Amino acid sequence: MCRDGWGGTVRYMLLICGDDQAHQAMEGDGSFVAGCHAWAEEMRRRGVLVSVEGLRSPSDATTVRVRGDQVLLTDGPFADTKEVIGGFGLVECADLDEALEVTCKHPAARYGAIEIRPLLQT
Amino acid sequence: MTGAVDAAVARAFREEWGQIVATLIGLTGDWDLAEECAQDAFAQALQRWPRDGIPRRPGAWLTTTARNRATDRLRREAVGAAKLRQAAMLSVPAEPGDDQAAVSGVPDDRLRLMFTCCHPALAFEARVALTLRTLAGLTTAEIARAFLVSEDTMSKRLVRAKRKIRNAGIPFRVPPADLLGERTASVLGVLYLLFNEGYAASAGADLVRQNLTAEAIRLARVLAALLPDEPEAGGLLALMLLHDARRAVRINAAGELVPLEDQDRRRWDGSQIGEGVRLLEAALRRGRPGPYQVQAAIAACHSTAPGAADTDWAQIAALYGQLSRLVPSAVVKLNRAVAVGMRDGPAAGLALLEQLEQGGELAGYHLLPATRADLLRRLGRRDAAAVAYREALELAPTDPERRYLTRRLSETTGS
Repeated sequence: MCRDGWGGTVRYMLLICGDDQAHQAMEGDGSFVAGCHAWAEEMRRRGVLVSVEGLRSPSDATTVRVRGDQVLLTDGPFADTKEVIGGFGLVECADLDEALEVTCKHPAARYGAIEIRPLLQT
Repeated sequence: MTGAVDAAVARAFREEWGQIVATLIGLTGDWDLAEECAQDAFAQALQRWPRDGIPRRPGAWLTTTARNRATDRLRREAVGAAKLRQAAMLSVPAEPGDDQAAVSGVPDDRLRLMFTCCHPALAFEARVALTLRTLAGLTTAEIARAFLVSEDTMSKRLVRAKRKIRNAGIPFRVPPADLLGERTASVLGVLYLLFNEGYAASAGADLVRQNLTAEAIRLARVLAALLPDEPEAGGLLALMLLHDARRAVRINAAGELVPLEDQDRRRWDGSQIGEGVRLLEAALRRGRPGPYQVQAAIAACHSTAPGAADTDWAQIAALYGQLSRLVPSAVVKLNRAVAVGMRDGPAAGLALLEQLEQGGELAGYHLLPATRADLLRRLGRRDAAAVAYREALELAPTDPERRYLTRRLSETTGS
């Protein structure tokens, strides 16, 4: 249950995505990394940020499937798409409006796309 | 007696449904429970009012009944502490005059509900469906008919939207000042779409679809009353009233679309025009014009001209110029070309239209060739006009429009 006045919070995974072009643009932006650090610091100070990480390239990924007693390994990501996940954040917010505000401030939102996924409540 | 009770229940449904659902969502946070208990209260009214008489304040009676029902259900289903807490909040003993507060003292709940239903994180079609279901009280079947989709599709759309509100934590509140403008625009957009869907429905269309204009006006009234500092809310209500005032004569007995210049102005709804103009003036006095106020001002120019020949085209052309700066859309530019064609003559309108055609944005839109046809006809270029009328006929989406274009075409070709 999340309603203002009831004091509940919702945890959201921020999936930071982008295609090749977006990733090149982020790399080419000299202030991008500093911007990400500043964002993390601000959100940590506000008590919103649980964690945030950047990921290595999908070409370094290994995908695992277990079927019966067989382990199947694939070199690369589970789905071969143009848009790939380059990082993720975990935030805890009062509601979606706060999550939107937090997400819009992340420098990657200006180049790629950030998907906001609520976590299953446990 | 039964007739009077039925009428009272029907009236209470129109006037109170949104308030009751909003109050219960505000208290319990449970959308399905709120709808079911509101429905239940109306069912009880149908049973009890014939026996006990119609209560003095039907809205208060219905709200209390729905709230009691919600309390019962939450108590019965109470398995966790959260549900018990919800039930406890609902069963706060009613103080004298509390019923009144439940009806008129908490108008915020309806406003909160509007902003939640129209949250931009929901798909536009979901916002429209939710607004009709929770605020206007239309059934899923009715909304499905109004938007020409199956009941199953509409039901899934509503379920999915309500689930997202719950799971994604879409707040039930009036947005803070820094978001209010943008979020209000979303609410206004939903209401305007409802109005246009109803307005565009032909006379033979499903009654639910035709009644969307009335629902849109009712909700716009609520919004304008609850957001007195937002001139665009008043502007939208004015715009709807001014257009709706011409509804009776927009389509003739033969089912043809009647253009403004040929409409019988004595049959326009004068009191509705008066209300629209007053609302518009009050909104404009705030000095923050927006697209709805400007469109209402254009509608007011038409509505207050005693005859088509008295239309203040200079003013209308200037307003369209202002509107195209606020909303850079090709349709607005098309309307501006029409107004300029009236102010400065068809050749001037045609020149603007040619620029627009080169842009290519309106390719496939029937009003583009239809407008060109009218301008060419007024220039006496009958052959070119006939070609354009035929092109428009191919593209026109509704029967009344096709009938109108067919008549114009036969006048132009002299057959």
